[in-house]
Amino acid sequence: MNAPSLWIILPILIGGFTLLLLDEHSIAITGGLVSLILAGIALVVPIDEAMGFGPISFKIASSVSFLGRSLVLSAAEAPLLAMIFGMCALWFFGGEAAGVAKRLIPLGLIITALLVASIAVQPFLFASLLIEMAVLVAVPLLSPLEQKPGQGVIRFLIYQTLGMPFILFAGWLLAGVEASPGDLALTVQSTVMLGLGFAFLLAIFPLYNWIPQLMEESSPYAVGFLLWILPTTIIIFGISFLDRYAWLRTSAQVIDGLRVVGLLMLVSGGLWAAFQHHFGRLMAYTTIAETGFLLLAVSMAAGTSADLVFLFLIPRGISLAIWALSLSIFKTKDETFHFSSMQGLARTYPLATAGLVLAALSNAGFPLLAGFPPRLALWQSLAYESTDAAIWYLVGLLGLMIGAFRMLAVLVMQKEETTWSLKENLVQRGMLGVGILGLFILGIFPQVVGSIVEKLPLMFEHLNH
Amino acid sequence: MLGTILSWTAVVIVAVTSTGLFLNRDWRWDLGMLAIQYLGISILVAQHWPLGMAAVKLVTGWMATAALGMTLTALPPQTDTEERFWPQGLGFRLFMVGMIVILTITVTPRMANYLAGIGAPVIAGTILLTGIGLLHLGTSSQIARVIFALLTVLGGFEILYAAIEGSILVAALLAVVNLGLGLVGAYLLNGTMTEEE
Repeated sequence: MNAPSLWIILPILIGGFTLLLLDEHSIAITGGLVSLILAGIALVVPIDEAMGFGPISFKIASSVSFLGRSLVLSAAEAPLLAMIFGMCALWFFGGEAAGVAKRLIPLGLIITALLVASIAVQPFLFASLLIEMAVLVAVPLLSPLEQKPGQGVIRFLIYQTLGMPFILFAGWLLAGVEASPGDLALTVQSTVMLGLGFAFLLAIFPLYNWIPQLMEESSPYAVGFLLWILPTTIIIFGISFLDRYAWLRTSAQVIDGLRVVGLLMLVSGGLWAAFQHHFGRLMAYTTIAETGFLLLAVSMAAGTSADLVFLFLIPRGISLAIWALSLSIFKTKDETFHFSSMQGLARTYPLATAGLVLAALSNAGFPLLAGFPPRLALWQSLAYESTDAAIWYLVGLLGLMIGAFRMLAVLVMQKEETTWSLKENLVQRGMLGVGILGLFILGIFPQVVGSIVEKLPLMFEHLNH
Repeated sequence: MLGTILSWTAVVIVAVTSTGLFLNRDWRWDLGMLAIQYLGISILVAQHWPLGMAAVKLVTGWMATAALGMTLTALPPQTDTEERFWPQGLGFRLFMVGMIVILTITVTPRMANYLAGIGAPVIAGTILLTGIGLLHLGTSSQIARVIFALLTVLGGFEILYAAIEGSILVAALLAVVNLGLGLVGAYLLNGTMTEEE
């Protein structure tokens, strides 16, 4: 048994198997349970260490050779696997409540496996090819066969595909920089190539126009899943570059560039979110601002440690899942998501309303919610570095907060005599309840995931203290 | 000598086919151009890769073309809808292709000096394909044309990347990406068919 087979090949096979299942419930249970078991194994069973059960002993080997290269998932990557598959379990169990289990779980398992493969592949530069394969698998998830493909999905495909060549070329140039570190021209060329590649992959300003378009034309839950898993993996891939190349992580220009781009994403996302009249687009701009948080955390991490980046990943996954699930529930009532048609839905969908507003507030860094501790830690670190940056950070947060309160105002805007009812079904109530509870637990006791989050930076050789 | 003639012939092939893909609006001709374009790409890739690995490019390219072709055949007759981008005349498109050709002619010798050992035909093929592919991508929003353009850009990239990376894994993954793009294109085109029904 080896780790790549367990966390890459097996999910692909099970994803393929679930394509054959017809019942949404059994698909959701299969996908959720498989993810939960894989997360549990990553937490409990040590990689590359022999374990004995009486006369039987076994070991999960960390690597496997594939077409002359290696796929390596070492013990240091186990917490990341636990986090990714644990969050996938949450998304997949919620797939039934959102009504997209038939598409999300088979394709989601394959996408997750390909993205795990992108973390495992050695040399790590080839990860961009695996990310591109995941993007190709994501297209049917975003655009069902019975729906005319919109511009959002086409732009998503174009931008993500264009990112791959830049990263691969940057890798080649970076090897040259390593060989001749004094060559300034080569250093600049490789940095620009790398920057362009990640700008396409992470949908950096102004290349993010496909995100709001996708939120308008596709299932919010499917888009939400991709907006969670793709940036998470790509950010880890990006940190791998900083970890691998000392000149990159010590370059003041690279760190400043990351900070400026992070602030640009946060402020532009926050301000656009504040003025939206469409629930889906509001979520889209919030995820854009979320990428800004991650980039800012990476800029802080560049010189010292990646701890701050990993603080964001779990709260981000939970709040996006609840937000996307709540929108999917509202979609059964109103497909347009315009403010005008969503007025007063709090009286008929109180749990979905609570989920939506709490997730939005969590993303805006509201106290007692999951998003608050990482945002506060980042703000504090940023304030030490630059007061101006800390003020712009606040502007971005305010934009997100205004967007959240505007959503709340629209949803509760109803005549007094309207009676309260609970239109969410049992599965939806259960998933929303678990998610909302998770938001509060992570907000009040962030240390509950400390055992995983503290170990995540260990996967990097130089950014782990 | 024969190798040089073959390489420059391949450059002419990719120049003609990518220009044809950009200018022509009939999908039957486009599929033919794409198939021939992959022949040119494979010849250029074979300058640095063994023939067997270069043949993989040809076969996967043709498979992607076949996937697109089968879907386009099943679609009802396509009317060439007016693009929103301006301007769209044949003259303008020819002018843009001319700019790319001039760029290729001027940049190739400098790049060949800078990237020693890669060879001018490989560089010329790369610039032509990526340039015209990006032009195509920027002036079209129809699914079939977007996929043709992406395959053209990727083809250009693959020619140069083959010269600097000879890994079998990369060859396999790039083949999967090419084939995947063809299949995704076919899938999206099917989506438009469902809408029309």
